[in-house]
Amino acid sequence: MLDATLLAGQVFNGFSVASLFVLAALGLALSFGLMRVINMAHGEMLMLGGYLAYLTYLVVPGPLAILVAMPVAFLGAALLGAVLELTVIRKLAARPLDTLLATWGVSLILQQAARSIFGPIGVGVTAPDWLNTGFLLAGVYIPSTRLFILAVAVVVLAVLGLVIARTRLGLLVRAVNQDRMMAAASGINVRRVDLAVFCLGTGIAGLAGVVLSLLGPVTPSVGQSYIVPAFLVVVMGGLGSMVGTTVAAIILGLVSAISQIFLDVSMSQVLMLLSVIVFLQFRPQGVVATRSRALEE
Amino acid sequence: MTDHPIFKHGWIVVLAVGICAPALLSSYDLNLLGRFLAMAILAIGIVLIWGEAGILTLGQGVFFGMGGYCIAMYLKLSSLEAGALPDFMEWSGVSALPWWWVPFANPVLALLAIIVVPAVFSGVFAWLVFRRRIVGVYFALITQAVALTFATLLTSQQNTTGGYNGLTGFQTIFGLELGTTDGNRTLYWVTLAILALVFAATRWLIGSRYGTVLRATRDGENRVRFLGYNTTPYKVVAFALSAVFAAIGGALFTLHAGVVSPAFVGVVPSIEMIVWVAVGGRHSLWGAISGVLIVNFAKDMISSALPEAWLYVLGLVFILVVMFLPNGLAGLVDDLWQKYRTRDGSNDMAGSTGALEESK
Amino acid sequence: MTADAHPAPYLLKVDGITVDFDGFKAIDNFSMTLDRGQLRVLIGPNGAGKSTLCDTIIGRVQSAAGRVSFNDEDITNLPEYEIVRRGICRKFQTPGVLPSLSVRDNLAVAAQKDRRWWRGFGRGVRKAEAVRVDEILEQVGLAARATTLAADLAHGEKQWLEIGMVVATEAELLLLDEPTAGMGPNETSKTAKLIHSLLGKHAVLVIDHDMSFVEELGAKVTVMHQGKFLKQGSVAQVRADPEVAAVYLGRAKE
Repeated sequence: MLDATLLAGQVFNGFSVASLFVLAALGLALSFGLMRVINMAHGEMLMLGGYLAYLTYLVVPGPLAILVAMPVAFLGAALLGAVLELTVIRKLAARPLDTLLATWGVSLILQQAARSIFGPIGVGVTAPDWLNTGFLLAGVYIPSTRLFILAVAVVVLAVLGLVIARTRLGLLVRAVNQDRMMAAASGINVRRVDLAVFCLGTGIAGLAGVVLSLLGPVTPSVGQSYIVPAFLVVVMGGLGSMVGTTVAAIILGLVSAISQIFLDVSMSQVLMLLSVIVFLQFRPQGVVATRSRALEE
Repeated sequence: MTDHPIFKHGWIVVLAVGICAPALLSSYDLNLLGRFLAMAILAIGIVLIWGEAGILTLGQGVFFGMGGYCIAMYLKLSSLEAGALPDFMEWSGVSALPWWWVPFANPVLALLAIIVVPAVFSGVFAWLVFRRRIVGVYFALITQAVALTFATLLTSQQNTTGGYNGLTGFQTIFGLELGTTDGNRTLYWVTLAILALVFAATRWLIGSRYGTVLRATRDGENRVRFLGYNTTPYKVVAFALSAVFAAIGGALFTLHAGVVSPAFVGVVPSIEMIVWVAVGGRHSLWGAISGVLIVNFAKDMISSALPEAWLYVLGLVFILVVMFLPNGLAGLVDDLWQKYRTRDGSNDMAGSTGALEESK
Repeated sequence: MTADAHPAPYLLKVDGITVDFDGFKAIDNFSMTLDRGQLRVLIGPNGAGKSTLCDTIIGRVQSAAGRVSFNDEDITNLPEYEIVRRGICRKFQTPGVLPSLSVRDNLAVAAQKDRRWWRGFGRGVRKAEAVRVDEILEQVGLAARATTLAADLAHGEKQWLEIGMVVATEAELLLLDEPTAGMGPNETSKTAKLIHSLLGKHAVLVIDHDMSFVEELGAKVTVMHQGKFLKQGSVAQVRADPEVAAVYLGRAKE
């Protein structure tokens, strides 16, 4: 029969998968809520974060390299995000589906560029010793890397929550989110808010890339394997809501981890997709609903 | 949109070229052209669902693959002695044919399955999603997840699907030797005929009252609903039709290529299919077919000369087309034609008769 | 029609409707009735719940309590296309025309009686519907623009086209949400005439806050405030009412 420690272990795993989903999806959800666009090259921001972590390790080896790598990856991905926003996304502002397609073109180019620069095989980042341990908690082995990922996700969520709730940027974001036209009419530079949020989002993806590099090799397609579940998280979470994104990520993380007790990885992927479709039968507006007065939205 | 002479009478030239091709091309090139025409059948489905209904789907590879696997399973089984198992099943120690393989031993059922399987799957999926009014970006992302899931499933269930390598090693279909010059030629004719049929049917559909309501849904789905239409079945039917076209294209492609594998099914091939139509023009049937031919001939040439460069080119072309040519090459031709006409002075724009007007 | 044989006392009866948006009562126990073929104007300050009331009648918003009946049939919370099929159609605040269709096609889509998808597999508009489309093109003054794409119309023309679409459905009750938004004085009075020409065959409920337009319509006025019924009467009566004046000038702070 079902082993309690096995289940507990998978629940913990579920939360750690969920924290990866959150980190990968937060940026997507933020800019989706604000601009109604999805950046298909978001996965490549994860990839970039991973490669930046690798490069940082080359320059500053040592146990604390990962702590250096995180701001580096954040800034690097945010910078690339800024370029992408200014050159492509801004130009396609009112056409969400076209934005999706154009950014997919960007994703393809970035992946190929990574292949040309770093080779198709992928590069390894060795976790520092202080992360290479683990401990037993009530009979369940908890690897430190997984705990670290969980901690990073919690910290990112907390900081982002504070930014949205307490800072001037957060105020602007909430204003634009609520009514873009009114915000623009009352003198807010809406475009600059878009840019700031987009960079923040890609920066978080860069961070997620560093975290990913602890789990396996960084390859040109590393972002792809996380981005589709992240898309599902956004679909399920509801328009750009942090709470919705987090709840959706936890649900999908748990579905994925727990189903793997009984099923192989591919069947658990099927189950994840099915659970999203079933979920949307009951809550088509996502975990957190928003209302709009416009006829077409 | 495309009501000027080039598109009105162009089909005669195109059909003539299509008919002469077997006499002009080598067997290899004819096979290549045949593959592209099979893809064009899928592209017509994308015009219907994306161009006309405004629904972006990133999962057409799934249906392309369904058609391909349906015919491939029949080919695999028909090449075996009674009771024998396909080679890859024996290698992985499967002792009996899985139940869902059994119907594919029958050629009629296999051919039916090419239509029925994608129609049912896409219909149920689209109904579940559209009835909850999930549209736009949400829908696109869900279809992409379907593509990823289907490809992963095919790859990982190696025992029964042939895994990463897919199904291959076919010899004959209905007595026709595949891979020979004669076989290629016959297949080409079949593909051309089916393409012409699908083209004509879609054209008629776009001009029908159904087509007008479909375009109306694209323009303002809620407005149409508040005029008393239940828009869900309109969209489900369009999606299912595009899926069936994709499956027919996939089956024909598999016959031409002699192989079907998850490589034709997943996320990247599914978006590549959108690229064909984006380049050619999402609102134009001719545009879509030209898009398929242009992109794929370019792919064939570039990837054999500079394999590294192809993905850069593909990505860049996609960005540029979407940003600067949203209606693709057909839109460009259209614009140039309009410009030429206005400069010419003969500016009679009365030609755009709506589809809903009485055409007597 | 059975409704003609046994006419219900009212065409539309809104009975104690309450709409709750996460604790905020957009409509609070609101009731009103409307007779066949009559014109009624619904006014009220911004946020009074006028548009939400329309949303509730046509099934875009679910009501928490109360009942909407039409021709004596309970239509509360039916799907919107079912409500339209029973004979209520609405024009929205921002013109909801179909931009990539011609003006004629816009009307033809609206005029089509059999709206089931499989009936669409045929070409051309049915004879009776085509005649009706031509009549409406004349009525809303867009006959010369029939082949123009709706996207290329001027703002006022779009408003008229959408009124035309709503009329084309032959609904017994038309809800017109700010039909003169963005119109100049000439266009506004043309719209008032158009609305008058619809009465008798259709009952019309107009939402507007342009008082000169309301005066021109000269119909019975219902005033809403903070989701509640405030007053009802002729334009002159409502104008003279101190409570209404207070609401509009913002002095009514309960």
